Amino acid sequence: MTASPLDIALFAAKLGVVFFVILTMAAYLVLAERRILAWIQDRKGPNRVGPFGMLQPLADLIKLLTKEDFIPSAADRWLFLLAPAMAAIPAILTFAVIPFGAPITIAGRQVPLLIADLNVGVLFFLALSSIAVYGMAIGGWASNSKYSLLGGIRGLAQLISYELSMGLSLVPVIMLAHSFSLTAIVDAQSTVPFIVYQPVAFIIFLISITAECKRIPFDIPEAEGELVAGFHTEYSGMRFGLFFVGEYINIIVLGGLATTFFLGGWHGPFLPPVVWFTIKSLAVAFFFIWMRGTLPRLRYDQLMHLGWKVLTPLALVNILATGWWLALAAS
Amino acid sequence: MEQIIFYILAAVAVIGTVLAISEKHPVHAILYLVTSLFAVAVVFYLLMAPLVAVFEVILYAGAIMVLFLFVIMMLDLGHPEKGFSPHWREWLPALLLSLVSIASLVMVIVSRHSQLAVPAAQSIPIREVSRRLFQGHGVAVELISLQLLFALVGALYLGKQQASSPGLPPSSAPERVSGSEEKSP
Repeated sequence: MTASPLDIALFAAKLGVVFFVILTMAAYLVLAERRILAWIQDRKGPNRVGPFGMLQPLADLIKLLTKEDFIPSAADRWLFLLAPAMAAIPAILTFAVIPFGAPITIAGRQVPLLIADLNVGVLFFLALSSIAVYGMAIGGWASNSKYSLLGGIRGLAQLISYELSMGLSLVPVIMLAHSFSLTAIVDAQSTVPFIVYQPVAFIIFLISITAECKRIPFDIPEAEGELVAGFHTEYSGMRFGLFFVGEYINIIVLGGLATTFFLGGWHGPFLPPVVWFTIKSLAVAFFFIWMRGTLPRLRYDQLMHLGWKVLTPLALVNILATGWWLALAAS
Repeated sequence: MEQIIFYILAAVAVIGTVLAISEKHPVHAILYLVTSLFAVAVVFYLLMAPLVAVFEVILYAGAIMVLFLFVIMMLDLGHPEKGFSPHWREWLPALLLSLVSIASLVMVIVSRHSQLAVPAAQSIPIREVSRRLFQGHGVAVELISLQLLFALVGALYLGKQQASSPGLPPSSAPERVSGSEEKSP
């Protein structure tokens, strides 16, 4: 394997740009959420720091960095320190397989606009999404507090409920695209996005990823009305910030995945591909915020009921119907 | 380059597994085991088997270990690290048996070292794996899925039985449920 310095430089530049853009978008998504929620609830929201409150994320960052990093005396010290990173890293890693634009040509080389085109891309996403729960569970357990522990256990139970329906809702996409690679899935949607063929799978996937990023109506692990703040009750300063930013990075990444699987990826008329990808991803993120401003929280057992008795059977029937349709279309 | 990565991963896997066995606290042991599984998954990726690597993480680290963690956190064992150490009479048979298996593994590796197949130079596509699996071993796949279904129905039956008859001794029924689930992987 020989790589020229130019290739390595291009790859490093791509990594740097992606990292910077995701972190900045996550920070401004927090601001956007606060402003949109304020708008839904007929308030003004943060509008004092900079024009229209645009510098609020910076002020929040400085506040979080200068706060005391508190460790409870009865906590499991090392796991308590490690857990926020375990929560944030899988979210960032998932973005590695998402194609966010059409391949571009720089200095005579074709540069694909994604970090790694794995031929098991869909499974890579499912693997990372199932280990993302460790940060939450370990953080809740290591805090040695009853609220945190309950939050962690709820997080694990939630994962068991939605993971299966999320995986099954992606099977029809793979059947239509004939590939596990996200690039091939986007290419298969160059004319018609899969949401047209698979509206049921899209709805199941959307509900499952809402549970995946622990948003209302599925914010059961942190349920501030019942569990103080759930698994991150005992965290302060930048460690809390890491959990918090991890959640928003997750929203952006899952928005990007919903775009890739169902909304046609970066394909779209008139505008450049990267712009289309950003618009579609942010539309999904806006939908999450809208839901938060509209819906009440589900109960623990209601989520399990929904996941196991409604979404999973529905996804299985959908797979069967898709297979039947594909077999009829082939004959 | 790949050799260096392999040796680092192999060391992580072995040390992680040893620590998972020697660690008395179950949550720590689970984390060591997950670390070891990750290292093994990346080794599979280096061996040009991305599908096996991803399944290793999805099934073992993402499903089975998460279930273990869930059960351990639900039971809340307190401070098991302050408990008694097992007596040598208890661990001696285990040690002897593991010595036998390690010795036979070493013998097999030493005797077959020259005939070892060279790993595929390029990654095996998923299409090829599934074709081999479902065309060549279709009956076996069906048998395994039927057995999983039996285990599921059995676990459901035992769980229902316990819920409907409270007179049942509480210690025996959950044991049988967990026993039938163990068969499934």
